[in-house]
Amino acid sequence: MSRFNWYVSAAAAAAMLAGTALPAFAQEQFIPVLSYRSGAYAPNGIPFANGFTDYLKLIQERDGGVNGVKLAFEECETGYATDRGVECYERLKAKGATGASAVSPLSTGITFALTEKVPGDKIPLITMGYGRSESSVGSVFTWNFPILGTYWSAADILLQHIAQISGGTAKLKGKKIALVYHDSPYGKEPIPVLEDRAKSWGYKFQAIPVTHPGVEQKSAWLQIRQSRPDFVFLWGWGVMNSTSVKEAAAVNYPRDKMYGVWWSGAEPDVTPAGDGAKGYNALALHPPGSDFVVHREVFKHVYDKGKGSAKKEEVGEVLYNRGLINAMLTVEGIRTAMAKHGNKPMTGEQVRWGLENLDLTPAKIAALGFEGLVPAVKLSCADHEGVARAYIQQWDGKKWVKKSDWIAADQSYLRPMMEAAAKKYGQGKNIQPRDCGKQS
Amino acid sequence: MLYREAGQYKTSYAEDQQIFPIRQDRIAVALIVAVALVAVPLLASDYLYTAILIPFLILSLAAIGLNILVGYCGQISLGTGGFMAVGAYAAYNLCLRIEWLPLPIAILLAGLIAALAGILFGIPSLRIKGFYLAVATLAAQFFIDWLFARIGWFTNYTPSGSIVAPQLNVFGWIVDTPMEKYLFTLIVVALFALVAKNLVRGRIGRTWMAIRDMDIAAEIIGIRPLTAKLSAFAVSSFFVGVAGALWGFVHLGSWEPLAFGINRSFQLLFMIIIGGLGSILGCFLGAAFIMIVPLVLNQVPTALGIPLSTASISHMEAMIFGVMIVFFLIVEPHGFARLWSLAKEKLRIWPFPH
Repeated sequence: MSRFNWYVSAAAAAAMLAGTALPAFAQEQFIPVLSYRSGAYAPNGIPFANGFTDYLKLIQERDGGVNGVKLAFEECETGYATDRGVECYERLKAKGATGASAVSPLSTGITFALTEKVPGDKIPLITMGYGRSESSVGSVFTWNFPILGTYWSAADILLQHIAQISGGTAKLKGKKIALVYHDSPYGKEPIPVLEDRAKSWGYKFQAIPVTHPGVEQKSAWLQIRQSRPDFVFLWGWGVMNSTSVKEAAAVNYPRDKMYGVWWSGAEPDVTPAGDGAKGYNALALHPPGSDFVVHREVFKHVYDKGKGSAKKEEVGEVLYNRGLINAMLTVEGIRTAMAKHGNKPMTGEQVRWGLENLDLTPAKIAALGFEGLVPAVKLSCADHEGVARAYIQQWDGKKWVKKSDWIAADQSYLRPMMEAAAKKYGQGKNIQPRDCGKQS
Repeated sequence: MLYREAGQYKTSYAEDQQIFPIRQDRIAVALIVAVALVAVPLLASDYLYTAILIPFLILSLAAIGLNILVGYCGQISLGTGGFMAVGAYAAYNLCLRIEWLPLPIAILLAGLIAALAGILFGIPSLRIKGFYLAVATLAAQFFIDWLFARIGWFTNYTPSGSIVAPQLNVFGWIVDTPMEKYLFTLIVVALFALVAKNLVRGRIGRTWMAIRDMDIAAEIIGIRPLTAKLSAFAVSSFFVGVAGALWGFVHLGSWEPLAFGINRSFQLLFMIIIGGLGSILGCFLGAAFIMIVPLVLNQVPTALGIPLSTASISHMEAMIFGVMIVFFLIVEPHGFARLWSLAKEKLRIWPFPH
């Protein structure tokens, strides 16, 4: 083939490819998926992204979309890096018939950056179990939805649990609690609660930072070996979690005195440490396992058609289930919005209304197949968190075993703190808090 | 044919010494500025502004700052990210604590504070050179990272250590849409690039270059290494600090120390190495290459409709980008700026090369 011909055919091929790639987003509801399947945080990013996309596929395959409006979604790799996350958000925010419905970045760093951008773009930001703790105050953080729990709730639940097993809060006096945390906004989030409670309950609090990505923790665990705290809280993510568990085994810190947050309590966090992880505790936002109704549906409508994102045996892992729940909340937000605005693609603004008026009763949750996975959730203008509860689970070497009852965060203690923090944020940004009494 | 300077006579020293002595260059630059100021705002999308143009411009400015130090004065620095952080946190604290201070003044003052930090960490350069200096500036990077992550005062005791930039108010002009942010950044970067260009071709720049080329010889002809090196550190850090303030205020809006980590320092160093050491144009070319090419590589498969998982795309992005860096460094170790000047020389005699 002559060189000229080669050019022509290459150009033709490129044109054809470009033609097929034209988006067919006619009347579809677009959901951006910010995921990370590469880098130091991939072990945790992959199952979450698989669960998230599998649920969207289930809605597509089984129901043909939400109320007849087809869903469209696109993944974008953030690598857990804030700058790439913001780039992904900008790339995806205007796609689809009505733009992005809601964005779930699965990174506290990206959440902080997007918190500044979503009010301008009018796109709700769902940060299920992470993000800015004070953003549960919906009157100031109109566009943030830290549904099902924040880090302040998590810290409070952990403290309640160790107080309980120690025999009351009075028994914590003089005890030492260390926090080994990812040195980023994510890891620093629980510190205010832990410090504040240290004042009133009288335990000694020690904060030990671990720098990104967390594979080098020798000095942190040396500190632990020297100070021998009574409890170690772990606020890690990605490879940092498994490294922490391994290091704890190396310095012989008892693993059953270690408590991870719910982002440090999945299979990839403990399996690399092998037997060393036995006895390690973590918070559970929801149970693991693939025997819930929604999993049967996912197997039937997605995996049996060969369309699953994960391997079949990975369905039901802790973070996979969290991805399912996050996607479900997004979809239900859209559905609630449609109940008000009609069955057509919703704008971000309408989805925001839908999320704020989300009311998942036990009956609705059962109908969705999430019975046992998700508690009843009701959001409002003032409260964007809805419900904050978790239980303690322990790794027995093979699986996570439930060790405590459900513990609810103490809202009478946290709420005033959150409101004060939100007020401070609002003043710095000149935000006039919404009057939640007047909202419909 | 078009690019020929025959007939363009210089009748005064001023004409001979202008930044762009060739008329075609002046026209081209005027066109670029016009496109950037008029055509881009008419055509660009939000994505283009917020994900590409604004970060590109700000990183170009930081690269200019670093190039002054590394390319013109020959002092290696790995602390650029740290000096950007100084600028960003200084601007934040100035705006927070002195409420009446207009934003542009705060940004300039932040640059001055970064310049002071630069002088401080530049003092070792009077005694040590080369790799050893690189290590000393690396210490600056880590110290500054530590400072802003651990000392609560700098972040106004925010619980998570992440701080939020105030509203951008430039003498009454509220800069909030992506286009306004772009225009504001463009104006700042263009002004600073002009200042930098004039600095490096004047007396100060010549003392820097003399130090770079041979410091003993420079000393013998009467250049004081102390003032030359420290002024390079100061000016460089000033530019970098202003870029840092813009990065925090205009681009990110909310940031944490990680945004100015060691990776940022390396990224900027790669920009000036690929773009061309000792060239202002090279800073823009290098910034464009290092920042924009990965984004393009990341989007090509999806745009062509090739079904690939996001993980394989991002692995491919890293591989292809790495190969491109190696390729360009082998083809032209002096960077894109050198390639451009070679192309210009060829153009001037085309179509009759010697």
